[in-house]
Formats: sequence, C-alpha cells, structure tokens
Amino acid sequence: MINPKVYHSLGLKDDEYLRIKKILKRDPTITELAMFSVEWSEHCGYCSSKGWIKLFPKKGKIKTLLSEDAGGIILGNLAIVFKMESHNHPSQVEPKQGAATGVGGIIRDIFACGARPIALFDSLRFGNLENPHNRYIAKGVVSGISFYGNCVGIPTVGGDIYFDNCYNNNCLVNVMCIGIAERKNLMRAKATGKGNSIIYVGASTGRDGIGGCSILASDEFKEDDKKRPSVQIGDPFLEKCLIEATLEAISTGYIVGLKDMGAAGLTCSISEMAASGNSGIEVDISLIPKRESGMQAWEIMMSESQERMLLCIKKGKEKEIIDIFSKWDLNATVIGKVTDDGFVVIKDKDKIIAKIPAKELVNPPIYKRKYKEPDYLKKIKKVSIKKLPKIKDYNSILFKLISNPTVASKKWVYEQYDYMVGTNTVLVGSDAAVLRIKGTDKAIAATVDCNSTYCYLNPYIGAQIAVAESIRNLACVGADAVAITDCLNFGNPTKPDKFWQFKESVRGIISAAKFFKLPVVSGNVSFYNESPKGSIYPTPTIGMVGILDDVSLVVSQDFKNEGDYIILLGITKEEFGGSLFLKEIYSKLSKDVPTLNLKLEKKVVETVLCLIKNKLINSAHDCSEGGFLIALAECCISNDKPIGVILDNLDQGIDLTTFLFSESQSRFIISCSKENLKNVIKIIEKNNTPYRVLGKTFGERLIIYNKKEAINVDVNDLKKAWEESLPKYFE
Amino acid sequence: MKFGVVVFPGSNCDADCFYVLNNVLNCNTKYIWHKDTKLNDFDCIVLPGGFSYGDYLRTGAIARFSPVMSELFNFVKKGKFVIGICNGFQVLLESGILSGAMLRNKNLNFICKYVYIKVENKNTPFTKFCTKEILKIPIAHKDGNYYIDSQGLEELKENNQIIFRYSDKNGNISQDTNPNGSIYNIAGIINKEANVLGMMPHPERSSESILGSSDGILIFKSIIKWLSKR
Repeated sequence: MINPKVYHSLGLKDDEYLRIKKILKRDPTITELAMFSVEWSEHCGYCSSKGWIKLFPKKGKIKTLLSEDAGGIILGNLAIVFKMESHNHPSQVEPKQGAATGVGGIIRDIFACGARPIALFDSLRFGNLENPHNRYIAKGVVSGISFYGNCVGIPTVGGDIYFDNCYNNNCLVNVMCIGIAERKNLMRAKATGKGNSIIYVGASTGRDGIGGCSILASDEFKEDDKKRPSVQIGDPFLEKCLIEATLEAISTGYIVGLKDMGAAGLTCSISEMAASGNSGIEVDISLIPKRESGMQAWEIMMSESQERMLLCIKKGKEKEIIDIFSKWDLNATVIGKVTDDGFVVIKDKDKIIAKIPAKELVNPPIYKRKYKEPDYLKKIKKVSIKKLPKIKDYNSILFKLISNPTVASKKWVYEQYDYMVGTNTVLVGSDAAVLRIKGTDKAIAATVDCNSTYCYLNPYIGAQIAVAESIRNLACVGADAVAITDCLNFGNPTKPDKFWQFKESVRGIISAAKFFKLPVVSGNVSFYNESPKGSIYPTPTIGMVGILDDVSLVVSQDFKNEGDYIILLGITKEEFGGSLFLKEIYSKLSKDVPTLNLKLEKKVVETVLCLIKNKLINSAHDCSEGGFLIALAECCISNDKPIGVILDNLDQGIDLTTFLFSESQSRFIISCSKENLKNVIKIIEKNNTPYRVLGKTFGERLIIYNKKEAINVDVNDLKKAWEESLPKYFE
Repeated sequence: MKFGVVVFPGSNCDADCFYVLNNVLNCNTKYIWHKDTKLNDFDCIVLPGGFSYGDYLRTGAIARFSPVMSELFNFVKKGKFVIGICNGFQVLLESGILSGAMLRNKNLNFICKYVYIKVENKNTPFTKFCTKEILKIPIAHKDGNYYIDSQGLEELKENNQIIFRYSDKNGNISQDTNPNGSIYNIAGIINKEANVLGMMPHPERSSESILGSSDGILIFKSIIKWLSKR
C-alpha cells in the first residue's frame, strides 16, 4: 500500500490513484506512479481542456497536416510545420533559462517532424515595468531568447509584447516555431515493427526539471523559490548539433519514428511513441546516459533534461544512425526495442521496475470542468466618451501613447535577436514577418496576436478578434492566411469563472476559424497562470501562417514617398472597451469591447490583398491598440527616415476623439501614389469596402485638421519618443 | 575556381555562405567538415559565422584547435584566400592568423542590425572590384568589439590592413557610427600579405536585394574576379 502523501506530492489525486490500481490490477511501484503523474498532469494530459479543444476545425482552404508533435500545411512538395508552446511558469521562476528552454522545446517539436526550423516568434506578456521585479523578468526573458535562439541559428523574426498589471505575478512566454520539410521526409512520433531498436540521442539525463510539467506547470504559484530546481537548463549548442544530426539521420530513411523529450521526458516519448504505433516498448534504463550517478529510476523517468530525442530505428541499421550522431559528438545509445504486447516496460538490467499498458498511460482522466460567468463582468460599466473631461491637447496624448511600453518600438528587444540568420528574412518590424522559401517565388508570412484586455471583458469576442487581427496582420504584408496554431493561457481550470473564460475563448476561436476556413493545426494549453495575488487576463494567443505567392509583392507598414495619398478602410464607431486610450489617459476600463463583423472583416481583408496583388499600394497597416492615431503615427515613423502627413479631409460625422482613439476593428491605413489613386478607389468601391481618402504624406510633421488644427507634431520627435521609451527601463 | 565553406559544430551561417557562392554566384562550392584536412583543391575558404562549440570559453577559442585549422595555416602560407566572417573572424583572431582580439560589445548585448561600413583600402583582392565605397551590411554578434594595442593599431594602419570601418551612410566615421565599441571603428582587417580577411559584418546576408541590401555580394564578386584574372 502506497502512502497517499507520496502520490499527492507527485500531483496525483485519490481517484486517479485508484484508477491506476485498477489499470495495473495491483499497487503501482514508485516509478510507475511517477510516470502516471507526469503523463496525466494537466500540462501533458490536457485533462481539463481536451473536451473543448477537440472541437477546433482541422480542415481549411488548404491541405493540412496533423502530427503528434506539431501540425502544418502542405505546399506542393513541401510541408510548412508549426506550433506554439508556453513556458510561463519556468520563466517566472527563472527568466533566462525558463525562456531559453521554452525556445529549445518548441524547436525540437518541429524538427521531430522532419522539418528544418526556419523561424521563431515570441508572444510575451509582462507586468508593469514600473516594478523592478517585472523589469528583471522582462530583461531575463529577452536575454534567454537571445542566448538560445541566436546560438541555435534560427532567426527570431517576430512576436508581440504587452505590459499589464495582470501579468505582475505570472509572465507569459509563448514561443512559435516554423519549419519547412520536404514531404518525403515528414516523420511521425511512432514506434512500429517488433524488434526495431529504440535509440536515445542527445544530452545525458540529469536531475533537472523533475516534475516540471506536473508540479510547476499544473498548479498555481505559491512559493516561487522552491520551484526553481524544477526549471531546466538549456544548451543551445547541443541543440544545434542535435538538429543537424537528426535531419541527417532522417534523410537515410532508416528512422521509423521519433519524438523529442519535452515535458514528462522519457516517460512521454516512450509511452506516446508506443501508443501511437499500436506497439509496446521495452527499455533498459541502465543503458541511458546519465549526468550523475545514483539517480533513481523514477528520477530518470521524470527528468526534463533538455536536448534529448528518442528514435525508433529499423533493425540492423543502428550503426549507420549512431555514426551520424557520433560525428556530431552526441550520445546515441540503443536502450531498448519495439514489442507487440502494447506494454511500456522499464527495466533496470534484468529487473522490471515498471510495466504499464501504453494506451492507458497516454489516456489521462478527462475532467468536465464546471463553468460560470465571472462576477467581475457585472461590475464593469460602459464608459461614455462624451461624459469624460474634454481633451485640450491631443499632441501630448499622442506622445504619451506612443511611448507607452506596449506601443513603443520594440527595437531594444529585437536587435538582441538574430533575425537574419538563414538568409530568408524579407520583412520584420511590420504587421507580420515574411520569409522567402528558397527555390520558389513564394514566401511564408506569420504573426502572433492576442489582446487580453478584450478577452477579459469578453473572451468570446476577444478570441475572435485575436483571429481576425492575425488575418489582418498577414493581409498588411500581402499574405493570405492559411492556418492557425494557438497557445491558450488561462488561470486555474478548477475555478468555474476561469474555466468559463477558457470555454468562451475556445468558442470564439472556433467560430472565427470556421468562418475564415482556417484549420487549427496545433497548439498548447497553459492553465494555472495565477497566484494568490490574482490571475492573468485570459490570453488565447493566436499564431497564424499565411502564404505570399510572389515574394516580390511584399508590402510594409511605413509610408514610402512624399505626396502619397492616405486612405482609411473600414468603419469607425465609438468603441472604447479595453482601449489603450481609456486605460492610459483616464485609467478606466469600459465594457463595450469593439464589435467584430466577420463579413466586413473578410471584405476589407480581400480588398487589401487585391490592392497589393495589383501593385497599387505602397503601404498597409491595421489599426489596433491606440486606434487610428497610433497606427498613423507608426506608418510615419517606422521607416529609417520618418515622413510627415497632412490630413484635412476627416469625416465630420464622427467625434474627433472617437476617430483618433476608438479601437473599432477591421480598419486599415493604406497609402498609394497619385497615379494609382483612381485604380485603388475603383477596386475599393467594386468590393463595396467603406473608405475615406484622408490626406497626403508631406514634410516632417504629423498634422491633422478638423475644422481647425487638432494635431501638429514633428515626426522626428515622435520617432525619438517611440524608440527611446523601452531602453529607458532597462539601461 | 573552387570555394570551400568550413563547418564547425555550431557554425550557423555555413549554409548561407554556401547559398550565396553556389546558388547566387554559381561558383563551385563545397562544405569542409572541421575534421577534414584536404584543402589543396580550394582557392578560397570561408570560415562562416555562428557559435562554434557554443562559443564556450571564448568565441572561437575551441574551434581553432579543430584539425582543419592546422591545415589552414599552410593554406594561408601558400597565398591562398581565406574569408572569416563574424565567428570565422573570431576563430582567425584566436588562431593568430589575424592580430587583435574581440571584447564583448560596449552595451553588453547581442546586436543584430544593418550598419554601414566604409571601404578603407580598395587595393585588396577583397575590395579591388568593389564598385561601392560605402556598404550597407548587417552585423549580428555579442563579441564584436575589436581590440588591439596601440602599437598593433599603428602597424595595421601603416600596412593598410584596416579594410572596413563602421561609418554612416555618407562615409562619416564617428563614435555615433560605431555599433559595438570597436577600436578605431574597425569592422574588418586583412593580414599583411592581404590574402586573409576577417570581418564582423555579414556579406552573405546582404547579397540579394530581396533581403534588404546586395552590397555584401560585392566582396564575393571582387575575390571571384581577382581569382579569375590571376
């Protein structure tokens, strides 16, 4: 009989323990308990979320690819594979290594599919920068991404960063990796063929990261410091060698299947490879390369040491594969073989220390969580702009918003990332990043997005907006959206109000994804993002990939030439719920989250794509946080040499404050030459898209007339304020 | 004419250099594994950027003990050409083929961005056919703060070994145009015999206009033209 304290300390509940006994028809060994505890953790088992995320659409307008470790799309002979994953709790506890190993983990998911990783994106959420601890976390996370991503030789080309009090005690680090594979090299995480060999490759197994998924990631924060040993340590150099060796090994054709060792380490890779191959696997842990002596079997099975992979190799081809890894100075050891009895058997030499049916191990209990609309929503009221004190000086508000850390230039961050290695990077620093596909005319565009304040106020619409804004971001660079990956960050799922946020967000993603015919090909759920001081806002981060058929047509957000016409597409209404303007200028939260009209969204996006394909416009940028004025300012200042504007044709039917700062959705600012204006308008009108020609680019001042002069600022000063804001917090 | 691109464990710009030489410039190009020592066939060898051996200990400090390096000394002695880019430059410094050392960037951070460099010596195989005097080219490094003592600096100047300096787009050189704190704004140097080039900026990343600049290709074109005229 096992003392309940033992399995409680591993994160298992009483009824889960009883179920384990029933499966085994006996008391489990400590090693077996450890294996169940990690495999059935919320982090690995998706116990609370599975029932909902299985509802995501898996098919879209382009052929999709679904695999154990990541998903993707098919593009001729190529497959584009991608996935996003969180490493929130480790980064909160140990920012540099937490973020670094988050990068390392998602990269392994991609090359485990047989794809060469070609780009990284980070969606980061930090607390208020006025607090020195949040600055420490932000600085550490950025240095961790820089440390790992740069060395491993995969460019970090995009991402987004928000700062908000709701992340004060729980930062979010979501990393997306994109890879390209030749279709013939695509791999699955399967072990098949009785007698085939199981080979362990990569780093030795140590005591780091034990319980990372079950203890650190599947509970709320209580006492941080004690959890530090659960954070893994990353070695990007080893990972770089592992990528090269693994891809070389795959090209031999001798690999039957492979899987990375991420969360739940060996336990996960062994059991999931066996289960998805309808096989069993028997391994001898005495053969596993270990970093230190005296490690217990349960420690070996739970360790989350980084940079390790498990391979299933055709019998008789072991030497060929081991030689490739040896060439890269990496461990490669046969540790076991594929069996046909469906059992995962862990032996220490001749002694059996665990014997579990693989399919039971990977079949965690699914919990139907209760949900209930949170009380806070009843307390938040709509704020009417007309009832607020009148704005006297729009210039100073523009400066205040442009230097807000969430809006400010992220140059300080991205210049620490190698965003060019691989020589595919065509565009960064605009709405989406663009990477060419060598040997073709095509390019991949990608973006990550989520406004969690909207999701806090209305998770259904907020999640829809995250999908819509990603589509918009891709359209800005000329790319047609094709598929989604997501990283769903929420609080404690056993609390009904938190689970309601999750459920509503998932519903929102599903409705928008279905409307736009976008499959959700991969993803990750991160619960328990809360501490006794509170929970994060619901943050269902969307990663989206789009395709440009002709890379030479790519468009960026910055205004290019003097004398170009500036046109606003879309409709502006008084929609200030969750807006940056209300939050920063009046410290208020209004209930009226911007509405999202999916049909209008589709129309406007199609118009922008059509204009770009016909080479008619010189820039495109969507209006997001801060509304029209911030988007306009970004168009003026994101070029090396800022360009001014004179807007003197505003719609007099709209209140000026609403026009400048409302966060109405489905709006783009585009610019075009005088010669093209006629044709641009022709296409816009043909598509029945609402628009207004507002003025022209001119000189070095941003000037807006509304009967009289409303705004007049020097764009060089504006650029300075935008670029110098973030470094001030860190240098 | 044959080019070689060395692959150390941890090199990560090897494929990029290979692509420019092989696919963009259509040169006969081969990878050279760091344990290979047959270099006779090659006319020019590129030591690419990256993090050889994870840059553990010091940048380039371990790679210089790779078997290929001892053979590279003979290769250089024969007057054949070597281009070390970023980590490759660091390896050349560690091995003593070029003089000086790398310090951490002045701001202590990794820096990835486009800079301008001024061609200071146009009379070298690497620059003779370079049609521009100022090149737009990216840097991506944490340890690119080149240092040499004052006597060494004087020697570099006397022998016209300073080939590239960080400048603005008009060629003005000042502390404001120095991204990493390197002495005398040095971005690249050659050896006395002018057959070995070490530079921190990445010409292979600026060899196609779709990537933002094609100025870097002028350096490769120059050495190709030099070799074909020989």
